[in-house]
Amino acid sequence: MSEFLAKPLIDGGNFLQLLWFFVIALVFAIFLFLEGVDFGVGMATRVLAHNGDERALYMRAVGPHWDGNEVWLITGGGAMFASFPLWYASLFSGYYLLLFIVLVGLILRGVSFEFASHAVTDRERSVWQWANFAGSVIAPFGLGMMLTSLIQGVPMDEKGNVYAGFFDVVNWLSIVGGVAVVFFSFVHGVHFLSLKLDKESSLRMLDTTKKVYWFAYPALVVFVILAFFFTDFYQRRTWSTLLITVVILAATICGHVSAYKKRGGFAFVASGLTLAGIIAFIFNGLFPNVMIATDPARSLKFATASSTQYTLGIMTIVLCCLLPIVLIYFVWSYYIQRKRLISDSSPASIKAALSE
Amino acid sequence: MTILGLSRFQFAMTTVFHFFFVPLSIGLAFTVAVMETMYVVKRKYVYRRMAQFWGKIFLLSFAVGVVTGIIQEFQFGMNWSNYSRFMGDIFGAPLAIEALLAFFMESTFIGVWMFTWNRFKPGVHVIFIWLTWLGSTISAIWILAANSFMQHPVGFEIGRDGRAKMTDFAAIVSNPQLWVSFPHVATAALMTGSFVVVGMSAFGLMRKNADRVFFTRSIRVAAVIALISAILVIIAGDAQTSFIIHDQPMKFAATEGLYDTTTGKSAPWTVIALINEQAKTTKGIEIPAMLSLLAYHKLTGSVMGMNEANTQLMNAYHDKFPGIANFYVPTNVLFWSFRFMAAVGFGVLLLSAFVLWFTRKSKNTLADSRWKLWILGICTYLPFIGTTGGWLITELGRYPWIVYGLQTIADAVSPTATVPSLLFTNIVYFLLFLLMGGVMIFYSRRVLHQGPEPDPDAVAKQSESQTAPAVANTAARKVALA
Repeated sequence: MSEFLAKPLIDGGNFLQLLWFFVIALVFAIFLFLEGVDFGVGMATRVLAHNGDERALYMRAVGPHWDGNEVWLITGGGAMFASFPLWYASLFSGYYLLLFIVLVGLILRGVSFEFASHAVTDRERSVWQWANFAGSVIAPFGLGMMLTSLIQGVPMDEKGNVYAGFFDVVNWLSIVGGVAVVFFSFVHGVHFLSLKLDKESSLRMLDTTKKVYWFAYPALVVFVILAFFFTDFYQRRTWSTLLITVVILAATICGHVSAYKKRGGFAFVASGLTLAGIIAFIFNGLFPNVMIATDPARSLKFATASSTQYTLGIMTIVLCCLLPIVLIYFVWSYYIQRKRLISDSSPASIKAALSE
Repeated sequence: MTILGLSRFQFAMTTVFHFFFVPLSIGLAFTVAVMETMYVVKRKYVYRRMAQFWGKIFLLSFAVGVVTGIIQEFQFGMNWSNYSRFMGDIFGAPLAIEALLAFFMESTFIGVWMFTWNRFKPGVHVIFIWLTWLGSTISAIWILAANSFMQHPVGFEIGRDGRAKMTDFAAIVSNPQLWVSFPHVATAALMTGSFVVVGMSAFGLMRKNADRVFFTRSIRVAAVIALISAILVIIAGDAQTSFIIHDQPMKFAATEGLYDTTTGKSAPWTVIALINEQAKTTKGIEIPAMLSLLAYHKLTGSVMGMNEANTQLMNAYHDKFPGIANFYVPTNVLFWSFRFMAAVGFGVLLLSAFVLWFTRKSKNTLADSRWKLWILGICTYLPFIGTTGGWLITELGRYPWIVYGLQTIADAVSPTATVPSLLFTNIVYFLLFLLMGGVMIFYSRRVLHQGPEPDPDAVAKQSESQTAPAVANTAARKVALA
C-alpha cells in the first residue's frame, strides 16, 4: 500500500498528490456551484426585484444557506494550505490586493444579510441591500479575474514569490473571465430563485434567463479565443481542454433550452455545471503546474509544491471520514427548507414568508 | 513604517477584532441553548422568548465573527507567505480539519436554527443550537491546536529544504499546550457571552415599561452561567500558568514584571508597578511570598526572572539565529494585560454572585436600584478586556518568535508585500471594523430597545381593548422582519 502511494504516477506526482489536486479543484467547483447562487441572487436584488420587500424576500431565499456555502471557499483555502502550502503561499501573497478586494466584497455581503434584517426604515434597509449587491458583484468578479489571470503565467522568482504587475492581473482575458463568472453566477442565482419563489415570479425568472442567455454564446467564443492566445491550454492539453469547452457549451445550451421549456430544476443544474466547468477548465489547464511562471523553469508543479506524504495521508483519512457526514447534513439542510417562498408583494404574505 | 511593522499591526488588529466576536458567539450560543433547553424542559413560553431574543444578539455577533474569520484564514498566505511555506505541512491540516469538522457544522445548523422555529418540535429544534455551539467549540480546539504548535512545537522535524514536516499527528493533537489553553479559552468564551447577557439585561431592566419578568429571568440564567464559567476560567488559567512557568519562563516573568530571578526562599508578588523596559527595573508594591503561592501553590519556591530567561534563550538560540539581539518581550503590555485579565475574571465572578444575591426570590430588589444596574450595564464590555488581555499575553509573550524556537516573526512575512499596499489595506480594514463594530453595538441596542416579543397570553388579554391590536401588529412586524 505505502509502496503504491509513494510511486510516481503522472508527471512525477504520486497518488495522494493527484488526489489532493483533484480535491481542491472539486471543492472550488462545488463552492462556485453553491455560492454562485448567493452571488446571483444578490445581483438579482437590483436587477429584477421591484421593491425593498422583494429584495428582502430574495435575500431570505438564500438566508439559511449562504454561510454554509461560503465554508466551501474556506475549506478550499484550508485544504490548499494543508496539501500544497507552496501553492497557497505564492497564490495568496501574489494576488494580495485582488484578494483583499474580494475579502471586502465578501465581508460587506456577509454582514448585510443580518444587518438588513435589523433595519427599521426603508432607507436604512436599502443601504444593506446595496452592500449585498455590491459584494455579490465584486467577489465573483475578483475571483474570476484571479483564476483567469493566474493561468496566463505571472513573474515569479526562484523561491516562488509572485511579483504580479497591474497588467498581469488586469488584462483582456482576466476581465472577460471575471465578467463570465459574474454573468453565469447571475443566471445561476436567477434559476435558484425560480425554484424558491411562487409560480408567477418563477416564470418571470426563467423569462429573464431565456433572454440573457443569448449573451453567453458570444462571451464563450471570446473567452475561448482569448484563452487560445493568452494560455497554452489548447496547445499543451489539447483534448481535455477541448472536451471541457464542449461540456461548458453543452451545459449552457441545456440551461438555455430548459429556461425555454420552463424547467427550472434542469436550468439550475445546467447553469451550475457551466460554473463548475469554468473551474474544471482552469484546473485541467494548469495541471501539472499549480502556478505558471513567465519563466517556465520556475513554475510550481503539483508534485513539488505539496505537503509530505504523511500530512497528505492524515488529510485523506480525515476527508474520507468527515466529508460524507458533512454532505449528508448539508443536503438535508436544503431539503428541509425546499418550500417555495411567497412573493405577491402584499405586506401580509411577505411578512408570513419572512417570519417562517 | 516597515513591511514587518505594518503586517504585524494588521495581524494584531484583525485578530483582536475577530476575537471580540468569537468568544461572544460561543458564549451566546451556549447561553441561548441553555435558555431553549429550559423551554423544552419547563414548557414555559418565557424561555422560548428569551432564546429568541438573545438569539438575535447571537446572530449579530456570529455574522461579524464569520466575515472577519475569512480574513484570518486568507492572511496567512497573503501577509505571511514565508510562514505558510515553512509551516504549511503542519499548520494547514488543523485549519482544514477545522473547516470540515466545525465550520460546516456551525454554519449549516445556525441556518436551520434561525428559520425553523415553527417547523420542528421544541425538543428537536433545540438540538440545532446545541450543534451550532458544539461546532464553534470544536473550531476552537483545532485553531488552538495550530496555535499551540507555534507556542510549543511537537511531533515534527525540519526537512532538508528547511521546512517543518509533520511526523506525529497524535503528538500535535495531544500537545500539552493545547490542553491547557483550550479549557481556558472555552470557559472564557462562556463567561464572555453569558456576562454580556447579564449586562444587557441590566440595561433592559432600566427601561421604562421594562418586561421585568423577562429580564430578571434572563439575568439570573446568564449570571449562573457567568458565575460557574468565571470560577472555571480562573482554575483553567491557573493550570495554564503552571505550564507556562516551565515552558516559556520569559512570558511568565514578563507578566509579573520580574527582571531578576528571586533570591531567598519565597518570591514576593508585585501587585502594581512602574516598569522601565530600557533600564530593566520594576518599582512596585509587593506582597511577600505571594508569587510562590500563585506560581507553585506553596509558600516557597523561587521564580526565574527575565534576565536569566534571556541568557538561557541566548545560549540556546544565538548560534542558529544570530540576528536576534535579545529575547525580552514587551513587558509593560504583558504585565498590565495580565492584571486586567485577572481582574476581569474575578470581577465577573463577584458581579455575577452579586446579581444572583440581589435577584433572589425572597428579596428581588435589583431592578429598583439604578446605580447597580448602571454598574452592571457598563460592565457589559468587561469580558472583552479580559479576552484581549489574554490574547496579547499569549502572542506578544513569545516575541520574537512566530513558531517558538523555529522561525522568527521577521522571517515569516511575505517578501512581496509593499508598504503602500499594506498601508491601504490597514486603513480599509480599520474603517471596516469601526463600521461593523459600531453597527453591531447600534443594532444590539436597538434590539434591546424594541424589547422581547410580547407574551402571547398577555397580548390576548390586552386585545379586548381597542389599542392593543395595533401594538401587537407592529411588534409582530418587527419580529417578522427580524
